Amino acid sequence: MTFQVELVSPEAITYSGEAEMVIARTLEGGDIAFQPGHVPFIGVLAVWSVEVIRPDGDRDVFAVHRGFVQVAGTKISVLSDVSEKSSEIDVERAQQAKNSAEQKLSQNDEDIEATDALARAELRLQVAGI
Amino acid sequence: MAGGKERELRRRIDSVQNTKKITRAMELIAATRVVKAQQRAREARPYAEQITTVIENLAAGGAEIDHPLLRQAENVERVGVIVISSDRGLAGPYNSSVIRAAERQVQNARSEGADYSLIVIGKKARDYFAFRNYTVESFTEGISDNPTYEDARRIAETVATLFTDNHIDRVELVYTEFLSIGSQKVATRRFLPLESTETIATEGSGDSKNTDSFEFEPSPEAVLESLLPRYVEARLFGALLESAASEHANRQRAMKSATDNAEDLIVKLDREMNRARQDAITTEIMEIIGGAEALGDDDQPEDLVPAGAEN
Repeated sequence: MTFQVELVSPEAITYSGEAEMVIARTLEGGDIAFQPGHVPFIGVLAVWSVEVIRPDGDRDVFAVHRGFVQVAGTKISVLSDVSEKSSEIDVERAQQAKNSAEQKLSQNDEDIEATDALARAELRLQVAGI
Repeated sequence: MAGGKERELRRRIDSVQNTKKITRAMELIAATRVVKAQQRAREARPYAEQITTVIENLAAGGAEIDHPLLRQAENVERVGVIVISSDRGLAGPYNSSVIRAAERQVQNARSEGADYSLIVIGKKARDYFAFRNYTVESFTEGISDNPTYEDARRIAETVATLFTDNHIDRVELVYTEFLSIGSQKVATRRFLPLESTETIATEGSGDSKNTDSFEFEPSPEAVLESLLPRYVEARLFGALLESAASEHANRQRAMKSATDNAEDLIVKLDREMNRARQDAITTEIMEIIGGAEALGDDDQPEDLVPAGAEN
């Protein structure tokens, strides 16, 4: 059994397809996996990856910064400002962002922006498999 | 010589022709942009709809909290007005009508005894309000053509901060709704405070009429808390996209009528020029005949055409 997965960003639908399972991480809730038939669910996503396991067994991994997941019936939608597919991540840029964020944090470890930037850069690198 | 008038008209025709080429080019550019802008507005719709659906489900789940963005001020002391105009002109009545609607909002605020804060997007509205000594609270340029979500987020954040800091108690959004290629309308919408979640829910598309009870993580309140700012951003983004599409549609129309007018003018000037040329020729012939008749007294027909008149 499969269900319909949609990744929706404010500018467009970035991904749409069938899936057997979707794994995400919610804020405060930890990892959660959805399979068809899951109870209706709305959750706030942590800055983490979203894994989509397709019917053919392949998986698509996305870096999702800030967003929501909604499961309703046979449809699961991930709403997010930024969701990047693992294969489309610019590793070099993420590495640079990580370095500059770390540098900022070393000067001021309460810099919230730099903390966020670091988390995003680390997630990108992790999803890209580096 | 009468050729002077002919030359002058020729010059005018050339200049009108050049203008026509420019307006024609602008028309074509606007035509392709309007299609692109329309497509972007369409692509952005699923996100806004999904967010509304989530709010619907939240409302059905009974989540109603005291969020700063829902704050209803008892006493409105300052009204924020967001105006979305364009950076460039030559777009027909596009800018003037949106500016007029915004000015009306400012006057409304004044007549209620409240102060105003203008949040201006696009050079045209800024120029208008600055020239008339309105105070402009915040100004953004360079985005109205082709707005990105990041732009919308930044502006929405500024406005939301002003609102949650109690600096402004109400925000009106003035933009141009894109109904179709042929029809755009200035719209004024209440931007903040947000209506209660129930109102948002009933105004929504209503395509998810499922009554199953949802599970929320971490909690309905926490979901709503992070959802409402996104909702505000998505609304502003939608308005920006519609305004951009409207701007291009208006420009296309304005440039089309400018091109048509130039064509008419060229036809008119062409006729005038031909007449002037004909007049000049006629006058010349008359002069020649007059001259020949004056010589005709000598009865020497071979001298009928005086030397130098052949050219």
